[in-house]
Amino acid sequence: MNAMDAQTIIARRIAQELRDGMLVNLGIGIPTLVSTFVPPGARVYFQSENGLIGTGAPPAGGMNHPLLTDAGGRPVGALPGACTFDSAMSFGLIRGGHVDMTVLGALQVDAGGRLANWMVPGKMVPGMGGAMDLVCGAKRVVIAMQHTAKGQPKIVKECSLPLTSVRPVDLVVTELAVIGFPGGRATLLETAPGVTVEQVCQATEAELVVSPRISTMVL
Amino acid sequence: MKTIPLQQAVDLIPDGATVMIGGFMGVGTPERLMDELVRRGRRNLTVIANDNAVPGVGIGKLISAGAVKKTIASHIGLNPETQKKMLAGELEVELVPQGTLIERIRAGGFGLGGVLTPTGVGTLVENGKQRVEVEGKAYLLEPPLRADFALVQAFFADYIGNLYYALTGRNFNPVIAMAADTVIAEADNIVPVGVIAPDHVITPAPVVDYIVSHA
Repeated sequence: MNAMDAQTIIARRIAQELRDGMLVNLGIGIPTLVSTFVPPGARVYFQSENGLIGTGAPPAGGMNHPLLTDAGGRPVGALPGACTFDSAMSFGLIRGGHVDMTVLGALQVDAGGRLANWMVPGKMVPGMGGAMDLVCGAKRVVIAMQHTAKGQPKIVKECSLPLTSVRPVDLVVTELAVIGFPGGRATLLETAPGVTVEQVCQATEAELVVSPRISTMVL
Repeated sequence: MKTIPLQQAVDLIPDGATVMIGGFMGVGTPERLMDELVRRGRRNLTVIANDNAVPGVGIGKLISAGAVKKTIASHIGLNPETQKKMLAGELEVELVPQGTLIERIRAGGFGLGGVLTPTGVGTLVENGKQRVEVEGKAYLLEPPLRADFALVQAFFADYIGNLYYALTGRNFNPVIAMAADTVIAEADNIVPVGVIAPDHVITPAPVVDYIVSHA
């Protein structure tokens, strides 16, 4: 654990979910790091919802273009074969089920896999941006987040914050564990190296089913 | 289509107008029009756009200058001044999921009475909206959006007003160009007719009312 920080553990583990030929949308924050760990030999198409498939690292040596940016407005590169489009097409791809996987951050995930990630009433109202469409339309929704925030569990019995969608997420990856929702119940699938089942359960408010095939994350 | 100097373009836009503005975090936003709206002290605008950028960039300039009464956007989290003015009750903010916002604008521009989207079903977004079931699946009926003006940023505009956009500068621009009574476009490059090949024209000239001429 000391050798690898929480964000790297999360990003490396999620990158193992990537497959050759997938169209993938990454949210801001930890999700963005996932693109650093694409499995060798896999061609993964990363979408930026501002209108780009084929998002890559920014070019070196002052070759940035002011009109080539990610959804946060930061400079990016475009890989060979990249394409650009308007926002109606971008969200047609998302809502229409053409995006194979999205990786998003979370404020809370509940015992049934429902996600809250767009506002804290009265405190922080950034807006949902593309998150509601992504959770609604992507074939697979993976959550990348730290297991707790300021010591408080983020995997809770029921979300107290406004939901992003009623559609449950498919997988939650934290620095402690991998959790899925087979049959609509939060299920502990993997623990991080050196982390016990008890430690995960202690840091989790929702009741966790422990998978009979539980294993250790391979990083 | 007519070419028009910047000052005359902004003469057309009165206080209180509803304005759609292209751009995503300021990328693909007509900056000269933003600067001139601020310089002329426009007030009470309703701004329909993806986001509010950041202070000092794009729509962020209008927010900081107090030109905006209401904004309809999908994301305002990166502009702390929008947050501050919203919490102080100086700015009305209507948040709309990004895919719903662009489809509402598309509906407004394409002559549709709205769209049915699954996005937002069972969330706060559903409040006050009609739920419609189609083939067993739940959708929200989202009404069309139109504006008095669309302020568009193109990469190329030709002499008759055909527009072409570059890279991620396209975003909301071609969609808002269909959804406003008056369409005013700025362009990085104004080029002879024919430079944009027919297959590469994204916004056809007949929908563009004005191209802002160079200073």
